[in-house]
Amino acid sequence: MTATGAARPAAVPKDSWRQLNWRRIWIVARSDIRQLLEDKGFWMPMVFLGAIFFLIIPTILLLTITKIGDVQVVSQMSQTLKILPAAAQSQIKGTSDQGRTAYALAVFLLAPVAIVVPLTISTAIGASTIVGERERGTGEFLAHSPAHEREIYLGKLIASLLPGYATTIAGFGVYSLIVNLFVGPEVGGWFFPTSQWWVLMLWVVPPFLALTLSIVLRLSARVKSTAAAQQAAGLVTLPMIGIAYSQSTGALFGAGSAGLWLGVGAWVVAIFGLSRGMRAVSRSRLLGVADGV
Amino acid sequence: MSTTLPPPPDDGAPPVVSLQGVWRRFGQVDALAGLDLEVPSNKITVLLGPNGAGKTTAIRMITGALDAHAGVVRTFGLDPSVHGEEVRTRCGVVSAKPALYDRLDGFANLAYAAELYGLGRGDGIDQRIRSAAARFGIEHALDQRVGGFSTGMKTRLALARSILHEPDLLLFDEPTSGLDPESSHAVLEMIREMTAEGRTVVMCTHLLLEAEGLADKVVVMEDGKDLVSGTPTELTRRFWPGTVVLVGAQNPESMSIAGNIPGVRKVEPDSNPSRLRLHLDGDHRIPEVIIALVASGVRLTRAEPLEPTLEDLYFAVRTKKPIAADGGRQLTPIGDDAPVTDRHRQVAALTGWPVAEGVNR
Repeated sequence: MTATGAARPAAVPKDSWRQLNWRRIWIVARSDIRQLLEDKGFWMPMVFLGAIFFLIIPTILLLTITKIGDVQVVSQMSQTLKILPAAAQSQIKGTSDQGRTAYALAVFLLAPVAIVVPLTISTAIGASTIVGERERGTGEFLAHSPAHEREIYLGKLIASLLPGYATTIAGFGVYSLIVNLFVGPEVGGWFFPTSQWWVLMLWVVPPFLALTLSIVLRLSARVKSTAAAQQAAGLVTLPMIGIAYSQSTGALFGAGSAGLWLGVGAWVVAIFGLSRGMRAVSRSRLLGVADGV
Repeated sequence: MSTTLPPPPDDGAPPVVSLQGVWRRFGQVDALAGLDLEVPSNKITVLLGPNGAGKTTAIRMITGALDAHAGVVRTFGLDPSVHGEEVRTRCGVVSAKPALYDRLDGFANLAYAAELYGLGRGDGIDQRIRSAAARFGIEHALDQRVGGFSTGMKTRLALARSILHEPDLLLFDEPTSGLDPESSHAVLEMIREMTAEGRTVVMCTHLLLEAEGLADKVVVMEDGKDLVSGTPTELTRRFWPGTVVLVGAQNPESMSIAGNIPGVRKVEPDSNPSRLRLHLDGDHRIPEVIIALVASGVRLTRAEPLEPTLEDLYFAVRTKKPIAADGGRQLTPIGDDAPVTDRHRQVAALTGWPVAEGVNR
């Protein structure tokens, strides 16, 4: 307790991943997530967004096709499936036009929602996470705390990633239920998720999310205000959504291993992005006194 | 750069904080421009200065939240830029803005800090949080969202947070900012209590009344530099113009003879027309002067030696007001035999105020 000014044994500077205090990283993440959950203004739109993409739109589309659809329209849609790659066409199940159309819609065409939802939610959180600390003045608390800058960065990254991903996983569960309920009877039973969807959800989406957030958090550390961070994050996220959309759809259409290889590529790029992004958080940026901030 | 006065009696302990010639630049502005600072152990050191003097930056240097561009920073004998985690674990900071999470309740704010500083979780920590809050009279609001707190409540919670991990060094940056006088008084009392427990305190303020009676050591800062530093007594001895006695009489005209009494160097009118300010050679002259006045038929109603407040000293140093015994705009060492020293020349260089080289030296 008593301050004597005497030097204690020298501490080792923290300069590698191995020396990071993962417990502290989780503490930062948990506190941020708790603040998000305390804010109804945040999680209500998040739930609404998930409901639109995973519940409302699929329900309307699949219900329309399988139960009350115009036979001629469904037949036309079934014809258009012939433009899909042969590998994809061979995977489409169902004996009737309705069944094949509903299957293709559920398995291939709605896949990108799995990308759009987490990217949208996580980007919204990530954009304000560091600049928000600065604006609220709490960056001062973190800057004077024992937490290393990298620990703060990773904590913030996890806190931004988890809500979006958790919403997507929960939405994915709801979506699977709807697909099986409406399309399952048309193709001989419950079939969803398919193996490609498992790969997409567990292997492809996380690195795309991490990569996008690594960029968004860098922006959040550098800009002057939350509003500026949101604007800049939007510019970054749109092309990322486009890339993720096209790549994930392509992976689903492609051969069985396409998704796996896409995931490998995404992880490599994501890890590079994360390692670069970690340098973006500095104490001077948390305090708002860094040059250019 | 410093005009540090002779240090207080050495109690054997090395300084908790030592800054030597520290520079820190933000863009084109030097926030610190060669700051020298030593913080003695178990004492309250007050950094006094106007906004922009570099007080907050100095605190950030001490914890390693910012690195120095030049100079040497040592806290607990360690370099915070290298041993930041260890230094910061031993420091408790209350910033000018309480830096609390508005969306969390008071308890969650303290629990977050407890975990971040390595205290962990559990019943023992919960109890520690409640007792820290109780100490600052904020335990009743722990289950309320901080966003609904008043400024005073936030400051109390920030103070409670700062001592949770029982730090050796407490750094308070304008802790009474935005508080009403009653709350300010309570906060200052709490700060005073902390040194009684063996902690070292550094407090920044631009409010002189806060430092009055609280500071064991005062460092007057301006433009990123330490203008002068020392104990209040030392500063008084150095910068206050000798002995000044306020005298009042039933018949003020009768005091006109005061200027002729041996030992009276100067007679000044007071704002009250029935009183005069007598500048004497020293404290030892007071009885003689009083006796002489009475003997001359002056019916005294008041004879009060004037002690300078910290405010007097602060403005004497900072705003280049006359501090010389003769009332001139010069630095004049006090005492007949006192020489002009390098310190006088250093202060003169900083203030642009000439040293009275040719007056009595």
